[in-house]
Amino acid sequence: MSNRPAILAEGLQKYYGKTRALAGLDLVAEEGTVLGLLGPNGAGKTTAVRILTTLLKPDAGRAEVAGLDVVKHADAIRARIGLAGQYAAVDENLTGYENLVMFGQLYHLSGKVARQRANDLLERFDLVDAARRTVKTYSGGMRRRLDLAASLILTPPVLFLDEPTTGLDIRGRLAMWEVISALVADGTTVLLTTQYLEEADQLANQIAVVDLGRVIARGTSDELKAQVGGERLEFTVAYEGNLDAAEQAMRPYSVGEIQVIADDRHLIVPVSNGAQLLASVVRDLDAAQIPVEDLALRRPTLDDVFLALTGRTTTTGDLSKDTPAPQPLARSTR
Amino acid sequence: MNITNLRITQSLKPVARPRLYWTIADALVLAKRHLIQIPRIPDELIFATIQPIMFVLLFRYVFGGAIPIKGTSYANFLMPGIFTQTVIFGATTTGIGLATDLQRGLVDRFRSLPMAKSAVLTGRTLSDLVRNTFVVIVMWTVGLLVGFRPEGPVISWFAAAAILLLTSFAFSWISATIGLLVHSVEAAQSAGFIWLFPLTFASSAFVPPESMPNWLRVFVEHQPVTLIVNAVRGLLLNQPDAATIWQALAWCVGILVVFVPLAVWAYGRRTAR
Repeated sequence: MSNRPAILAEGLQKYYGKTRALAGLDLVAEEGTVLGLLGPNGAGKTTAVRILTTLLKPDAGRAEVAGLDVVKHADAIRARIGLAGQYAAVDENLTGYENLVMFGQLYHLSGKVARQRANDLLERFDLVDAARRTVKTYSGGMRRRLDLAASLILTPPVLFLDEPTTGLDIRGRLAMWEVISALVADGTTVLLTTQYLEEADQLANQIAVVDLGRVIARGTSDELKAQVGGERLEFTVAYEGNLDAAEQAMRPYSVGEIQVIADDRHLIVPVSNGAQLLASVVRDLDAAQIPVEDLALRRPTLDDVFLALTGRTTTTGDLSKDTPAPQPLARSTR
Repeated sequence: MNITNLRITQSLKPVARPRLYWTIADALVLAKRHLIQIPRIPDELIFATIQPIMFVLLFRYVFGGAIPIKGTSYANFLMPGIFTQTVIFGATTTGIGLATDLQRGLVDRFRSLPMAKSAVLTGRTLSDLVRNTFVVIVMWTVGLLVGFRPEGPVISWFAAAAILLLTSFAFSWISATIGLLVHSVEAAQSAGFIWLFPLTFASSAFVPPESMPNWLRVFVEHQPVTLIVNAVRGLLLNQPDAATIWQALAWCVGILVVFVPLAVWAYGRRTAR
């Protein structure tokens, strides 16, 4: 499968009764890359994953995984993919070890190899201490790691991760990102669905923004941000007279046009890698003796992406946990 | 965490064997999965046993005195009915278990593996059969304690046990179909049970049908639970009736012929939600 993309979808359609879940979805992921499917709940991300992992048949369109047709060669594909989902689909009344041995046997490894592989994976995923405890006692992050370990038993060339960090705390999320990055470094092709722009930004080479069952924008994270507006530093100076000096001081940091809102004594500076600049920005302002009232780094959220692309916000308002978006989010009023 | 080099560890070659081998091996892996859980959730098994014990005590001591039985004691009449009811009620765990696996996303994972498709269903029905066997043994002991005295050769008792296990297996497949068609574990619980009440109570399990009004007797005397109860009762009380036994077996086989394909079909089309 030399030049075939690892994942290919063309015009996928899927209906649940009269509800259209996919409305002609197109995707491509080259071997060894990460494709991020970004979209709100109900956008069709999970349906797409289910079709690509042979769980569902498409109503129209076609798809290939590892060079094989998902409908015609479903059995062959199942030995070449791993699927880890938002449900953390492991048996919670079994121990971590028992889960991995069971899945290994269901992948048709011999009992001996399945047991070896289970121990091997438990070690690699830092679950040795918990190996003989039932999964019921695991934290959310541990369950996800076990779930991911179970999907890696046969070291599949293509891995599907359906919202791998939804519901995890920051620490769990960072640990998960580390694992995924290591897998990709090893050459695994990953399709990842997420509701977090930051996650797609961190992990994905290519991002496809999905809405109402089709891709409404695609590109690298930078290309997407160019469309949406990337990170920006926003601050308010204490005295109107300092505005010009402040603009001057910010010029080296800016990656675009600095917006000055004189009436509010407010500056908006487009930046990249803002978190690393922050300390030096503060020092510079201090050195230029410009007192600042309020300083914040704003990152675009999924809502910003949607607002920019569709003119409406998502209904997943609770995701903007980083910093509030510039516009107040349209939350449902009740 | 040492997560590098995940791909190049060892040769992880799946073993190549004929399809039939995996159909059985995968089912046994999953049956084992369910069986090792039983001692870990003891309350489930305890309640599955307490319920029929309560029925035994209620019918034997509360209602039993008012139910005249020709030719044998009420305890002897009751216990074959209790055994049958126990295995039929016990079979509902199959559907509840499948609905739980669906809800948790486990069925999605199983379906994404290169394993035998039927194994999720056969594994479940097999382990429930083992579980039901255990509960029947407990009920047999309880029966002896309340005055149940089986008659006739031991070989017919084993024949009765075989019919009970076949019944358990057959009803497990009905239960599996229900569990896969409904949309939640709660629904699987109520939908799995509700129709079993009229089916087991409007039968010859607890009361002789002769005491029922004519219109009801027509139903009672021809429905499968009555036939199974009568077959088991005949074998345990040394009055085996070949015709009844064949009819009971025919019902069980008929249920399997209809519901095995139906459950497989339902399994193929369901994913978690």
